Amino acid sequence: MSLKLKALLKSPWVFHLSTGSCNNCDIETLDCLTPRFDIERFGMLLVGSIKHADVLLVSGSCNRMSVERLKVLWDQVPKPCLVVAIGTCTGSRGLFIDSYNCPVPLDKIIPVDVYIPGCPPKPEAIIAGAVKLIQKVGGTL
Amino acid sequence: MGKTIIPIGPYHPLQEEPEFFTLTVEGETVVDIDMRMGYNHRGIEKLSEGMVFENSTFVVERICGICSTSHPYAYTRAVEDVFPMEVSMRAKYIRTIIAEGERIHSHLLWLGLAGHFLGYNTVYMWAWKLREEILDVMEILSGNRNNYAMFKPGGVRRDIRAEDIPICLKKIDSIVPTLIMLKKAVLDDPVLHARLKGVGVLSYQDAIDFSALGPTSRASGVARDVRKDSPYGAYQEMDWNMIVTQNGDVFDKAVVRILETVESINITKYCLENLPDGEIDANIKDVPVGEGIGHIEAPRGETFHYVKSDGTNRPVRHKVRAPTFMNLPTYKATIVGQTISDATIILAAIDPCYCCTERVAVKDDRGRMLYNGQDLVRLSREKTEKMRQRMGGK
Repeated sequence: MSLKLKALLKSPWVFHLSTGSCNNCDIETLDCLTPRFDIERFGMLLVGSIKHADVLLVSGSCNRMSVERLKVLWDQVPKPCLVVAIGTCTGSRGLFIDSYNCPVPLDKIIPVDVYIPGCPPKPEAIIAGAVKLIQKVGGTL
Repeated sequence: MGKTIIPIGPYHPLQEEPEFFTLTVEGETVVDIDMRMGYNHRGIEKLSEGMVFENSTFVVERICGICSTSHPYAYTRAVEDVFPMEVSMRAKYIRTIIAEGERIHSHLLWLGLAGHFLGYNTVYMWAWKLREEILDVMEILSGNRNNYAMFKPGGVRRDIRAEDIPICLKKIDSIVPTLIMLKKAVLDDPVLHARLKGVGVLSYQDAIDFSALGPTSRASGVARDVRKDSPYGAYQEMDWNMIVTQNGDVFDKAVVRILETVESINITKYCLENLPDGEIDANIKDVPVGEGIGHIEAPRGETFHYVKSDGTNRPVRHKVRAPTFMNLPTYKATIVGQTISDATIILAAIDPCYCCTERVAVKDDRGRMLYNGQDLVRLSREKTEKMRQRMGGK
């Protein structure tokens, strides 16, 4: 594992991006920060700028208008950056697979490391997804 | 003094949803606001028109994660309006319980986010901690924390078990002392008074002119609530108060929401304690030709659905109007003349839900509308014709 990646895993900073979601995944993500789940105690922090991010958390069904912005943001993010696709919409587009405005799933646009399925995934599932992400790139908890 | 344009968004750290504001500023003062949306458009109405009546509830549920009861409720009422039919009392009570539970968690969510926008993260953490208890109740009742899938035309999909009711009541009771504490902490806090009073005032006349809905209008003294004005569900079965305040500023909007949460808790408790017996589903076989409307009071205001049926098993037209669609233009009245530092909380004060509001319009680079409804029908026919020719010219 590269030094960059090793340093990143100690305390992954997360930037959250909604590409046309229904808000549920975004709210459940915020829920992870609040007292009952409190994922911040593991060093995971929601940051305000894409340039501070180690992990990109994408929710939503990638509609035509936000895909342009998603590509711009992906160019701006410092690499290595891990991508987590949260919710069924990002994984398979779920219910919106027939929609005229959601042409491709997320992994056809940017590489995805971990999928967290669910509509919306429970905060427990999101925490489990974070654990899997760290294990996948070879870190230990 | 020269004018400066400040862009906010579309991906802004403060807002969960993507939307794009351009604030025109003179010095510190906002003189104009413009906004651009469409980052959330998913074509829900079109998807719903391709589904059978029962399945459309699942699509409209995903219009918005926070209003995941309001939209199916309005939709089922619209379908039930196509032909006269009676929903059983038990189903009405269950619907009311779910709708009010959603109102409690939505208002607590807003309160937390408003605290977060003000930099008052203590309120954020407290409110969201309280909200978890309500989500637990919803999980016990419906099986999921957010998308409940409880509604279907003619009734509800899932019954409430008698042994769950005491657990739910206990959980709801457990949040009341903390909620009262939070209410006092917010309403008697001199810092919040100084920060919110007189900020972003929406006058009574403006609220009428912009047709503001829900807590946004009730904070300006407009006593409008679908639950009172055209009662549905079980709302006429018990006494409850419509909360109306007069000032129209951000503080009053917070007051309305907090007091409404307390009312909602009382309504939910009443319904759980007095749940009548009976069937939960009227088992609609088919929907006749006709059109129907359904409107209910969502946490943000009146949600309106229109359904047109041609006698088949799918709606021909399904139209959704979410409350934020009416509340967004009030920014023109509230934010102009305020300082840029107050802009975020004023933008948050109507409890905006952009994913409810998204519409599609095709425009050229000068901003002219290119297609209207008839043009789209024509385009669709032309395309069908082309496909037909390609497939063998039948």
